[in-house]
Amino acid sequence: MIVVIGALVFWMAMWWLNQRLVGIDPGTNTALARGINLAVPSIFGVTLLVLWEGITRGLEVPTVLLPPPSMIWERIANSLPVLWADFQQTFLKAVLAGYILGCGSGFLVALAIDRSPFLQRGLLPLGNFVSALPIIGVAPIMVMWFGFDWQSKAAVVVIMTFFPMLVNTVQGLAAADQMQHDLMRTYASSWWQTLTKLRLPTAAPFIFNALKINSTLALIGAIVAEFFGTPIVGMGFRISTEVGRMNVDMVWAEIAVAALAGSAFYGAVALIERAVTFWHPSVRSGRT
Amino acid sequence: MSSLGKTVPILTVLTALTALWYAGAVWMNAPFERDQAERAGTTVSFSEIVSNTMSQERPVLPAPHQVIEEIYKTTVLKKITSKRSLIYHSWITLSATLLGFIIGTALGIALAVGIVHNRAMDKSVMPWVITSQTIPILAIAPMIIVVLNAMGLSGLLPKALISTYLSFFPVVVGMVKGLRAPERAQLDLMYTYSATPAQTFWKLRWPSSMPYLFTSLKIAVAISLVGAIVGELPTGAVAGLGARLLAGSYYGQMIQIWSALFMAAFLAAALVMLVGVAHSYVLRRMGEKPGAAAA
Repeated sequence: MIVVIGALVFWMAMWWLNQRLVGIDPGTNTALARGINLAVPSIFGVTLLVLWEGITRGLEVPTVLLPPPSMIWERIANSLPVLWADFQQTFLKAVLAGYILGCGSGFLVALAIDRSPFLQRGLLPLGNFVSALPIIGVAPIMVMWFGFDWQSKAAVVVIMTFFPMLVNTVQGLAAADQMQHDLMRTYASSWWQTLTKLRLPTAAPFIFNALKINSTLALIGAIVAEFFGTPIVGMGFRISTEVGRMNVDMVWAEIAVAALAGSAFYGAVALIERAVTFWHPSVRSGRT
Repeated sequence: MSSLGKTVPILTVLTALTALWYAGAVWMNAPFERDQAERAGTTVSFSEIVSNTMSQERPVLPAPHQVIEEIYKTTVLKKITSKRSLIYHSWITLSATLLGFIIGTALGIALAVGIVHNRAMDKSVMPWVITSQTIPILAIAPMIIVVLNAMGLSGLLPKALISTYLSFFPVVVGMVKGLRAPERAQLDLMYTYSATPAQTFWKLRWPSSMPYLFTSLKIAVAISLVGAIVGELPTGAVAGLGARLLAGSYYGQMIQIWSALFMAAFLAAALVMLVGVAHSYVLRRMGEKPGAAAA
């Protein structure tokens, strides 16, 4: 009981600290402002972990339901080889291959239909429609077509990532306004020059939006596809079998790895976006 | 752009896709036919292969009319209470989807109201809401189901909780944006009326957030359906569209998988359309001029 109360007191203290922190006016001191912006969510995250630990230990919640974070951490540290093998199978093979193929083909198809307004008008509403569908359902079909190994998971990822990329790229390519097009015309630039010098740069924010959406979709797709059949390695496989054996700490370890990989993937795409679209208002305002 | 200007291209693309599908069915199912013929010691002509691939018992890729036939058989011809009726399975999935969607929307709106009105919550909760999105939450789905089952909770609620987890995020993000949509001048006007915070909320912030809310709801309802379907996977394929998918993949019933998939697609389309209808109704009630709809 004391542990629970301790955790609750810690929570209150941290809440108070956060309230004080956001009350500070950093003025022109950007380093202080950045520090506060980093500290507040970190404190909140640590508080969540402490609360979690305190409540699960203090109320003796059965570990089958919810293991405390320390136990999950121990499990991660003890089974690094298994986690690494799963990570390789699911992320490095299925997710990356599917992501590159899906995004690449979506981009190329968007370029291919760029000159045909007819095809664009036909494909865009369909692409939007398909984006709302539970595409994950094709997983069993892909497993039957491409076998149990990572190729079938990559195929699911390709289908999931293709349509957001297609729709966003087509929209992005149409983003340059008439005035800019006219300017390119006065320069007597070819279609290709207009594409590389004007339209692709203006499309970049849209394309990166799709890349970011797809980075999360790809991981989900690969993991869920593994529920439908897989060799004896992979994150989805590990999750479903360890759940069956009630090894919940292993499941949480796997989820932690997935969360870390997903966040890192998203973060990497976001960093590349900042470097490529440095001119965009949403990036510029962040730097001041 | 007239409506005709859109229908013709869409129909053309659809026709092309169907033709491609038929061609694919012939191409992918042909090896089986050739194999059969070889075993029987006969040869098959191309036209025979084409006609045979259209009606295989267990095709690699079922032809479109086989899928439609199966859907017709399992919806119209079966009693709704039958375990083999697709409507029965769809209803199970749909009820979990809707329950999760409603809880998720309520939770999302509540969080958004908190974030907009409390600075500490804004700074501390918002980053974590965003982080929660980068986590492949569907991966936890089987565990949530199994764990809740162990606690004695089974049936609708566990699946609905997964839908909730997925659907609250777009609602939070959209509503935070929407509740902050009123401009400084409008807020100042409310201040000069000496409006209470509650009045400002109900008369200014809430109405101006409606377009954002409905845009988020469209995403949320689609993703709720995905959550419910994935939530049905680990329950041992008892009932629901997800269970049909899993059972189909266990027993190699391609036609069953495809028909469940089409049903899911139909449900998703219907749900998104319903939200769209509600959206335009609310906007009209609020005095939105036709043609001036928010993008």
